Amino acid sequence: MAVPAAAGHAPTTGSVLGFRDLGKTFPDGTTALENVDLDVAAGDFVTVVGPSGCGKSTLLRIASGLEAATAGTMEVSAERIGYVFQDATLLPWRTVRQNVELLAELDGTPKAERAKAATAAIELVGLNGFEDHLPRALSGGMRMRVSLARSLTLAPGLFLFDEPFGALDEITRERLNDELIGLFSSQRFGALFITHSVSEAVYLSTHVLVMSGRPGHIVGRYEVPFDYPRGPEVRFTPEFAALCGEVSAALREGHS
Amino acid sequence: MTLIEDHVVTSTPASTSATPARRATRLRARLRGWLPPLGVFAVIIGIWYVISYVVLDEQRRFLMPPPDKVITEALLDPIAMERMSVALLRSVQVAFTGLGIAIVIGMAWAIGMSQARWVERSLFPYAVVLQCIPILALVPLIGFWFDFGFVSRVIVCVLISLFPIVSNTLFGLQSVDRGHHDLFTLHHASRWTRLRKLELPAALPAIFAGLRISAGLSVIGAIVGDLFFKQGDPGLGIVIDNYRARLQSPELFMAIILASLLGVVVFWFFGWLGKRVVGAWYVNERA
Repeated sequence: MAVPAAAGHAPTTGSVLGFRDLGKTFPDGTTALENVDLDVAAGDFVTVVGPSGCGKSTLLRIASGLEAATAGTMEVSAERIGYVFQDATLLPWRTVRQNVELLAELDGTPKAERAKAATAAIELVGLNGFEDHLPRALSGGMRMRVSLARSLTLAPGLFLFDEPFGALDEITRERLNDELIGLFSSQRFGALFITHSVSEAVYLSTHVLVMSGRPGHIVGRYEVPFDYPRGPEVRFTPEFAALCGEVSAALREGHS
Repeated sequence: MTLIEDHVVTSTPASTSATPARRATRLRARLRGWLPPLGVFAVIIGIWYVISYVVLDEQRRFLMPPPDKVITEALLDPIAMERMSVALLRSVQVAFTGLGIAIVIGMAWAIGMSQARWVERSLFPYAVVLQCIPILALVPLIGFWFDFGFVSRVIVCVLISLFPIVSNTLFGLQSVDRGHHDLFTLHHASRWTRLRKLELPAALPAIFAGLRISAGLSVIGAIVGDLFFKQGDPGLGIVIDNYRARLQSPELFMAIILASLLGVVVFWFFGWLGKRVVGAWYVNERA
């Protein structure tokens, strides 16, 4: 069922995240995850696609250390982890620049260094000129860019994305997808991305995993054969459509 | 909140250079805002006159002296006004000292409760008890213990204005977004960092809402406490009571108006201060 991988993306240089037989049962007895095997290597963009409530987000919370698994093992070798939440989670009283500097500030990075990192990150997401704006003056898409820039200041080896574009309109979402592909093409971090959009999953990723709910487990794995950087034209190729069809079928099958 | 994709929605209001035309529009908008309450004010003054001159006959007019009498016989009387301003100043001192102490105690109390469940469980019931005790019932006891001077009056103000600060600060500290907490957790933020950089700033709008209520209450405490103490240096409450006893009704009305103005000014001041501090980022649904 896996599509053969074309020699597209950069060679992987070691695992940054590995789950073996991972499981999570909450204190109230509900099992969110069961027997999850998953690997993210540097240069991998792994997307987990699944219906809401299937435990996708729990996967990220475990990977980041916010929650502990109750079964199986996890190896994280990335030194720094960037976590982009569903909401931009910006502090409304801080300007764009102050928000972008927050994480380095919490990590105790010297002022000059974090200012430099913030300037670079703001540049990367194209928000120059908005440094002194407060979040309320920004659109949803721009806030998400600030959130991205905030994580970029960490220069993370592993990026966790929890449906970051789910709340945005279609046009903004596609634009941010392209920007994320641009970032990934140049930075080549390892990424674990969560979404419920099949086309977003296929468009962004090197690997797509299909997850099924209650308890969450992986029911399909696909490699995506397109090179980076990818452009929107990829969406209109027959291969893209075929792959989306397969992923959708797996989703439906897992869901029924 | 307005969301327009990829466009800046608001620019900083201070930086907009006002053209004469725009200034005129703004003036008109402001007038439109002031006009309705001014109209109501005129109606109130009208009713007041009707009561003074139509409802009350001349022998009973002292019950409600007409507004112009209040102005000529009280406001324009330097001796009465001096007495009242000294009393007003004393009440202001009492109210503000009490409010200041209430802010310190109230915020420390709330911060303590926000740091640990068991502290909250142990101490919150007492905040509620404090709110339920009719503080004025304690006034004789406070006088009995601390005499009838400045200290007792301040204590009454503290007790009466404490609860809104405690409950609003606690509510504000606890209303921090879970995602924000996760963010700080991921970076191993200490309790102190979390409090200083996340919880306290996030709580500021609620704290200011509480301050506004407490400030009004502290004025009430200062004046009503006065009425009970009836001894020591007279504050506005004692002056009001004296005027009542001597049937000096224009002065009585003037003193009441002063007390009311003090309450309004204090309420307005904290509203203004809150807007200054959090208005730039905090979007109030009612604003």
